[in-house]
Amino acid sequence: MMSDLNKLTIAEARDALRKGDVTSVELTEACLSAIDAADALGAFVHKTPEIAMDRAKAADARIKAGDAPDMCGIPVGIKDLFCTEGVPSQAASKILEGFKPEYESTVSGQLRDAGAVMLGKLNMDEFAMGSSNETSTYGNAVNPWRAGNSDAALTPGGSSGGSAAAVSADLCLAATGTDTGGSIRQPAAFTGTVGLKPTYGRCSRWGIVAFASSLDQAGPMTKTVRDAAIMGAAMMGHDPKDSTSADLPVPDFEALLTGDIKGKVIGIPAEYRMDGMPEEIEKLWSEGTAMLKDAGAEIRDISLPHTKYALPAYYVIAPAEASSNLARYDGVRFGYRAKLAQGDGITEMYEKTRAEGFGDEVKRRVMVGTYVLSAGFYDAYYNRARKVRALIKRDFDEVFHEGVDAILTPATPSAAFELGQDVSDPVQMYLNDVFTVTVNLAGLPGVAVPTGIDRNGLPLGLQLIGRPWEEAELLNTAYALESAAGFVEKPARWW
Amino acid sequence: MSIDSATAAKVAKLARIKVEEEDLPALAQEFNAILGFIEQLEEVDVDGVEPMVSVTPMRLKRREDVVTDGNQAAKVLSNAPDAREGFFSVPKVVE
Repeated sequence: MMSDLNKLTIAEARDALRKGDVTSVELTEACLSAIDAADALGAFVHKTPEIAMDRAKAADARIKAGDAPDMCGIPVGIKDLFCTEGVPSQAASKILEGFKPEYESTVSGQLRDAGAVMLGKLNMDEFAMGSSNETSTYGNAVNPWRAGNSDAALTPGGSSGGSAAAVSADLCLAATGTDTGGSIRQPAAFTGTVGLKPTYGRCSRWGIVAFASSLDQAGPMTKTVRDAAIMGAAMMGHDPKDSTSADLPVPDFEALLTGDIKGKVIGIPAEYRMDGMPEEIEKLWSEGTAMLKDAGAEIRDISLPHTKYALPAYYVIAPAEASSNLARYDGVRFGYRAKLAQGDGITEMYEKTRAEGFGDEVKRRVMVGTYVLSAGFYDAYYNRARKVRALIKRDFDEVFHEGVDAILTPATPSAAFELGQDVSDPVQMYLNDVFTVTVNLAGLPGVAVPTGIDRNGLPLGLQLIGRPWEEAELLNTAYALESAAGFVEKPARWW
Repeated sequence: MSIDSATAAKVAKLARIKVEEEDLPALAQEFNAILGFIEQLEEVDVDGVEPMVSVTPMRLKRREDVVTDGNQAAKVLSNAPDAREGFFSVPKVVE
């Protein structure tokens, strides 16, 4: 039997499974032990070992019978935002305490049907609102990486912090994430893992707890670009149950990973060179640019003039949609209901349930959303933000029209920061998404690739942004970048 | 545009979130910080720009107007905090 099975990539495990060198039961047992030894990371918040072992046995039978899709027998973690049948799905919120869906989300269902093994549910920011995994009702997820000799606990990023921590610490081979403003790519960059946010519409949103419906998109969080190609393909595809799901064929991304990017045009946007950007991020970015140039790509300076307005537009549009989506949490049909006092009517029930069930950041965003949609402010805030969003998308359309194939930017403005930092100014936390949020507003595919280490030994990532529906080409460019960067560092185990 | 405690209370009411009287000034201050950030949008020239409706130009699909699901009352009610005799149960709505 091979050792350290939980450390395998999806591609390695798949090949070993098919050769009969390993069984899914062995892979799954290795991951379950790793999970049990890693409670300090706060990554898995609902463990499902019985489901995992059942699915592993079924996968082994399927592989033996010669009917094995790529994901068959691969142990994965599922973000708590995905509804999973009979298994708690809380979006890391108290208001969904005790909620066990009677149905399975399309994306987790596709993975299940492909034979993937669910190990459990992963921590996240409450309703995916946050960039540090500190708004979770379960408590913080913790980054497996530490800075130098410090034992200070760092954030794995957010909102898919549990997914990133679990993949980085080898608790699973890969995990699902969701990305509304950077929630896959920022945690991936903070943990030295790969995170792909597909084009809006690639993955069905059905059964994923909604945050901002025009921005939300699921994607894979993996150890390598190849794995993102494999798992991404298994998650995508048309779903009649999501009216915005794209009725387009999903290519075999893995087969298209050649690493050949000769003649491809890579855009470097001037507006992403922020004032006060740490020198290390600047250096990482120029090194990444040089790697793509050495691989034969043409580097072109480009301008995306409305970049500066992406975050403010996002903080109108996302809360507005959230205030509407989260109206369903009323204490009537599912989840938490507050204890009522004598004489309380239905309005008191709504108000107390929502006050007790939602955390501070969620309440803040729901109320900001309510405000920007209220009579008298709808035009000034919401409609203006939607117009600015159209301009942000137009910026991208224009550079793609001029022949740019992909855009290279930093993934985050810093390496992972310490948990428990002062969060009295919510806007400071919002700045984490400065490089990623434009991609959601324009509905584009984006991928974070680990390419370097900072002076404290923490991973840093770059982001590649692609043309809509061209994940295959985007992943191939990411593959070239990954191969050139040769990032192999892993966090030293302390947990 | 500055938000005071009275406006904060009104927004909380619209959002059906109970906020204690003494927490209103701090909430108003947070709103002001966020709205101050958002107000940068006023710098952008949006004349003649249509507000975005859909990020990818696609025709919204239509389906046959037929029943595709149903008869799952027990499942629908299974997560309710209070369900009785096949219904969701709530406190008194009208006096």
